[in-house]
Amino acid sequence: MSEVFNALLVGVGGQGIVLSSDILAEAAALSGLDVKKSEIHGMSRRGGPVFSHVRFGAVVHSPVIPTGAADLILAMEPMELLRWAPWAGPGAAACYLAAPILPVGVEEYPEGLADELARLFPRLVRIELASIRRSVPLKVRNTALLGAASVFLPLELDSFAAAITVLAPRGSAEANQAAFDTGRALAEAQLKEPADVE
Amino acid sequence: MHTRLLSGNEAVALGAWEAGVAVGCGYPGTPSTEILEALAGKPGVYTEWSVNEKVALEVGVGAALAGGRTLVTMKHVGVNVAADPLFTASYTGVRAGLVIVTADDPELHSSQNEQDNRNYAIAAKVPMLEPSDSQEAREFTRLAFELSETFDTPVFLRMTTRLSHSKSLIEPFAGDAPQRTEAPLAPGFEPDPRKYVMIPGHARARRVAVEDRMQRLIEAAEDHPANRIEWPDGLPADAIAEFGVITSGIPYSYVKEVAPQAPVLKLGLVHPLPRRLLAEFAARVRWLYVVEELDPVIETQLKAWGIDCVGREAFSGIGEFSPTIVARGLGRPLPAPTLSPQLEVTVRRPGLCPGCPHDHVFTELRRLGFIVSGDIGCYSLGVLPPYNAMDTLLDMGASLTMAQGMDLVVPPEQKGRIAAVIGDSTFAHSGITGLLNAVWNGRDGLYVVLDNGTTAMTGMQPNPLSGERMGRSDAPSLDYALLAKAMHIPDDRLAMVDAYDTATISAALEHLAGQSGVRLLVVLGLCLIEGQKLKRIEKLDLKKTVRRELVRTHPLGGQHE
Ligand code: SF4
Repeated sequence: MSEVFNALLVGVGGQGIVLSSDILAEAAALSGLDVKKSEIHGMSRRGGPVFSHVRFGAVVHSPVIPTGAADLILAMEPMELLRWAPWAGPGAAACYLAAPILPVGVEEYPEGLADELARLFPRLVRIELASIRRSVPLKVRNTALLGAASVFLPLELDSFAAAITVLAPRGSAEANQAAFDTGRALAEAQLKEPADVE
Repeated sequence: MHTRLLSGNEAVALGAWEAGVAVGCGYPGTPSTEILEALAGKPGVYTEWSVNEKVALEVGVGAALAGGRTLVTMKHVGVNVAADPLFTASYTGVRAGLVIVTADDPELHSSQNEQDNRNYAIAAKVPMLEPSDSQEAREFTRLAFELSETFDTPVFLRMTTRLSHSKSLIEPFAGDAPQRTEAPLAPGFEPDPRKYVMIPGHARARRVAVEDRMQRLIEAAEDHPANRIEWPDGLPADAIAEFGVITSGIPYSYVKEVAPQAPVLKLGLVHPLPRRLLAEFAARVRWLYVVEELDPVIETQLKAWGIDCVGREAFSGIGEFSPTIVARGLGRPLPAPTLSPQLEVTVRRPGLCPGCPHDHVFTELRRLGFIVSGDIGCYSLGVLPPYNAMDTLLDMGASLTMAQGMDLVVPPEQKGRIAAVIGDSTFAHSGITGLLNAVWNGRDGLYVVLDNGTTAMTGMQPNPLSGERMGRSDAPSLDYALLAKAMHIPDDRLAMVDAYDTATISAALEHLAGQSGVRLLVVLGLCLIEGQKLKRIEKLDLKKTVRRELVRTHPLGGQHE
């Protein structure tokens, strides 16, 4: 792979974006690629938007993705996908968890958010909260999303498994791997038979 | 070390440890905090959170003079606090290596200003290194110790938010794990009053030594290994390139991203600047660009030397750069955005965590019509909706002292309506002296310490009020009641209340608002996130009991047993 692959992971403080992006970056490093990543700390845990840029390829210079150059956006929350949509490059894929977290003082999102996201991203995986609520514990939902997004990532599944072993908090590697597999299976199923648009 | 992907901060810690650092100290501040956290617990090094940056640097200078390599970390504004010892440590020199990390925050991701601390390096006459990625952060930390010892000077290592918090690969270890090399000096203090006792007579002589050192540093900068020219392959060395770039730090990575073929002079030693190297590079390019975040430090120096360059005309001095901004400034093609959302994006503001124990105080202060003099930390979020309950915020500790200043001149209807609100870590950092000032000068004021048991904003570091020190080992914690007693604050003007006891908080505020003189209200609650952590290490119950006891023995009005 000569080009740099740009993945943008976004969500709301406390959703585990940093761990997901660490696993992704480690998976790329274990595949023998150069990797850089960049994220924002600080306000993150107080309910503000959080993001992490992960870039991998033969040689990566900047830890920051240039605007309009993301190949994949993984969002833990629908409005966050919309917020970061302008970072998408041509033909970018997206993957999001359909579980809105309303900002303080906001009652509901504009109507048609799901349709708008589907319009913006022809290559889209939408994970329904209902489909993972029971099978995937809250703490590893971020890893389920990463599993779903992995269908768009040019990395071997083995590298993800190895990265999870290295980085999952003590005692949680199995739960993380299971969540990853669940997410991956859901995404594969969805890409086979296009979901109905609600 | 199970991964080679390190953040810039982790890499500084690794580099320091590999270089045989003996002492690491600092005050937590985003984006510098993780450096000491990564260093703590490594064998052979003592680490501490000091009560503030001035203290940390003084501990550091002492350790270095006694012969131990020392790393002192702080965020950019922390250097303001440490500036007093800094300027004179430049005179005393260090003996063993002393490296001061300043983590600057272009774009003010989590700071109250955007200062460029290269200016401190110039003003204090202290050399400064600035890495561009994690491997360099590791290497430059070692180089900084070496430079420090060779030239007997403190050395700055400048990080920025993007560098501190981005991860990149470091070079593999020689064996399986990092190797620590022994520092060259053996510990042991050797008295030398003419060098270490800065009375004017001695300092005047040292002033000359500093100047001489600066001259030698300027010479050494010319071929310091951290500076290099990257000339494109295939372009003859004697050719004149169409354009070239002088840059340093994280902007270097953006330059390589958007103009990989451009000739680049990459500065790793950003103070002092290598005049001959710069001139040589300038002579080999037709258009010379300077890509530097924040202040035009390199640009101004080049122009003073009569070297023509493009800097601020093409790049703003405000905020953080990005590949896009650098591409635009260099006139490189930019990818056009491909998607244009037709729905409006909903704003998401950070706020106090839902259920944060301290939100009630803000609501009440507003209800009672107080002017709220605020301070640094989580509680600065009290300025945002839904609280809208903060009127001023300047720096660590300024809540108490600004309130005193305001009270001196406000008209009668605002008299006695000013409350200072400060967190526990900040109170220990520089709030106590403000309280002492109020008592000493016989001032009036309502001072509220929101004690959440930790330094929450930077990620749960212990402080002198939380009963723990770095690494969570137990420590005595400052006793508010004895402090108040020592300051002659009468019992009926001190209250300690439970943050969740909203009725008592309201009553206490009303009671204290009606009094005069110095009044101290301590609102004890546990940060929710810290609470979860304490639970995991089975310390939560103990901590809660200690706090309940404080509330029981120091209720409103001093009616305790
Ligand atoms: S981190 Fe802790 S102190 Fe800060 S807002 Fe959240 S609960 Fe409150």
